[in-house]
Amino acid sequence: MPNHTDAPRRYPAKPAAAYLFSTCLVDQFSPEAGLDAVRLLEREGIAVHFPPDQTCCGQPAYSSGYPEEAKAVARLQLDLFPEPWPVVVPSGSCAAMMLHNYPKLFADDPVLGPKAVALAERVFEFTEFLVHVVGFSRHDEAAEPCTIALHTSCHARREMGVHATSAALLAGLHKVTVAQQARAEECCGFGGTFSLRHPEISEAIVTDKVASLKESGAEAVVSADCGCLFNILGHAEFLDKEAGRKPTLPGEHIASFLWRRTGGGDQA
Amino acid sequence: MSQPIHFHPSSGFDQRSREAMNDLHLRRSFRGAMDFLQAKRRAQFTDANELSRLRDLGEAIRRHALANLPQLLEELESRLSRNGVQVHWAQTPEEARAIVLEIAKRKEAKSVVKGKSMVSEEIGLNHALEAAGIDALETDMGEYIVQLAGEAPSHIIMPAIHKTKQQIAELFAAKLPGVAYTENVDELIRIGREVLRKKFATADIGLSGVNFMVAETGTLFLVENEGNGRMCTTVPKVHIAITGIEKVVAKLDHVAILNTLLPRSATGQPVETYQNFISSPRKPGELDGPDEVHLILLDNGRTQAYGDVQLRATLQCIRCGACMNHCPVYARIGGHAYGTTYPGPIGAIISPHLLGLGATHRLATASTLCGACAEVCPVRIPITDLLVRLRNEAQAADADSSLRGAGESRKPLVSILFRAWALVYRYPTLYRLSTWLMSRGRAFMPGYQGAWTGIRTPLIPAKKRLRDLMAERQRTN
Ligand code: SF4
Repeated sequence: MPNHTDAPRRYPAKPAAAYLFSTCLVDQFSPEAGLDAVRLLEREGIAVHFPPDQTCCGQPAYSSGYPEEAKAVARLQLDLFPEPWPVVVPSGSCAAMMLHNYPKLFADDPVLGPKAVALAERVFEFTEFLVHVVGFSRHDEAAEPCTIALHTSCHARREMGVHATSAALLAGLHKVTVAQQARAEECCGFGGTFSLRHPEISEAIVTDKVASLKESGAEAVVSADCGCLFNILGHAEFLDKEAGRKPTLPGEHIASFLWRRTGGGDQA
Repeated sequence: MSQPIHFHPSSGFDQRSREAMNDLHLRRSFRGAMDFLQAKRRAQFTDANELSRLRDLGEAIRRHALANLPQLLEELESRLSRNGVQVHWAQTPEEARAIVLEIAKRKEAKSVVKGKSMVSEEIGLNHALEAAGIDALETDMGEYIVQLAGEAPSHIIMPAIHKTKQQIAELFAAKLPGVAYTENVDELIRIGREVLRKKFATADIGLSGVNFMVAETGTLFLVENEGNGRMCTTVPKVHIAITGIEKVVAKLDHVAILNTLLPRSATGQPVETYQNFISSPRKPGELDGPDEVHLILLDNGRTQAYGDVQLRATLQCIRCGACMNHCPVYARIGGHAYGTTYPGPIGAIISPHLLGLGATHRLATASTLCGACAEVCPVRIPITDLLVRLRNEAQAADADSSLRGAGESRKPLVSILFRAWALVYRYPTLYRLSTWLMSRGRAFMPGYQGAWTGIRTPLIPAKKRLRDLMAERQRTN
């Protein structure tokens, strides 16, 4: 199959209900991000359904050379979204896995193949969904001014083509200044199991990423991907602890940031 | 003496990349060069739609060529033969070297001047020539520098990119008689040129690579910036061109399109300084050109890639080097760490066919799958998909893979871990139980989490999972 990712996606009208596929990382390690995503969507009048049987998109096995194991796990998710609602994923990486790789994984299967394709068509990365489907347009007039840096995950950027949507959401917040960082488009060095298989190369990359985020003058970093955040923030925090100083680069998922900036925190 | 390529590049990869990353000069050289080349490329493609269309065309041309590879190669051979070019086929590097040595022997050649050719590196030609007592001189400035230093190229387009100008100045002063240390780049180039000029006039054979071969006309197309390629292919009495079998395209028009992509993707130049179209030896009445032109077509594992519907895309490559210029891993470990003729993302996907997967599997894992390579590839090779596929083949349990060396590097323990992982994540009950246990035991989460915590704080599960928070909300609503 030719590899054309330049073609624009078609987006549905704003629905009354949507599914959340939270991803395993959010479920276990960053549930607040998931909850804030739910709150944001519900405030926009969308009923959010969380199928409790969901686990993981299967990417760890997929990218490590274990397609059968990836398939076994992906297979479970295929049946969890029976209604024709959009499936919102607060991670560009996992969304890309479902959008691009599910159809490839099940391409030879006459039953699951079409199912995977049908699911892929309604999988949306969270910021992509807010911009293109919800038409999110809330302001942050009541919030304090702040300067932050945005890290866009490689999969959100390149496979989903949605690097613009995180930036657009931040641009819509009048009191937020987005700091310019050197090599914003470069990977943070996470790469899932890459960070364990090639720890030293991963370290070299994340070291540079943390340095350029700090040099940007940002007070904090936001991202739509928890994997990248754990890597970047975990390294920044490690350096701070080594040096025995206060945190120098905090950060959070863009869902939490948006929710708080647009007054969500006050109502909760 | 050039440094031999590692025939088992996987072993020692970690060691070599560690050394490269600890060499701050090297880090700075690569980073600076990569930033420069990325910016130059970006400035060439300011219109995203034009770029997208051109890449579609580039991809279509290369896919068309590969889909018709046997016929096109036959057509090419018959055209070239009719034009008076002698075509040789080599299945292995040994065969290719033997063909060159055979010609050299017949011509009683004492010296060879070489234009830039990665395939000649692939077959270790310089060693073979030296062993046969033939003087082989690289004439591309970058190749000349690495040859002088006894090294291998670290980049397929810019072979000496790992060297600072101070290092080159030292090298010239040390190795060239009567040359004083100077950091003036123009002066360094002038010095190099002077040495080379003399050699062109006296060499018995000129050797070059090929960028594209045109089947319909029987033309070898070769681009370069220094004029050394033209000298190598026109001054000596014999010209030997050597390249891989995949470099053929059907029509001359196709070259026009591919060559709008090649220099812009590679060095960010709108067009190369020299474009050479070579269709025959010197004809009666012509003023210059060699008496003999030979083309050596090398397989060396390329047919293995060709035989696989997915991996065939590897052969679409036009060797522009853009994938390495944009690779975050290559930018940090440089070209030599890979231990292969072709480094970077293209090296990781082509080397398994040349050297076997057992020897090269580690290269395919040395990628975050960030996709920067595939994003810039002018012929749209889905590099990340191919990396994933090679990872699969490297782990394949049964030897029903047709790839040489598949499954050789399989690690039983990792396989068991992934099987266990899949078991937990495919059964919601097991997943719920294990994540519940992890949340409960969060206080006992080890502070040491393998390589992760070497430079990061540990990952600690939240007190309550999102599913718990969602269930609570439902109850209270
Ligand atoms: S794989 Fe693509 S980007 Fe890399 S050298 Fe080949 S053509 Fe260029």
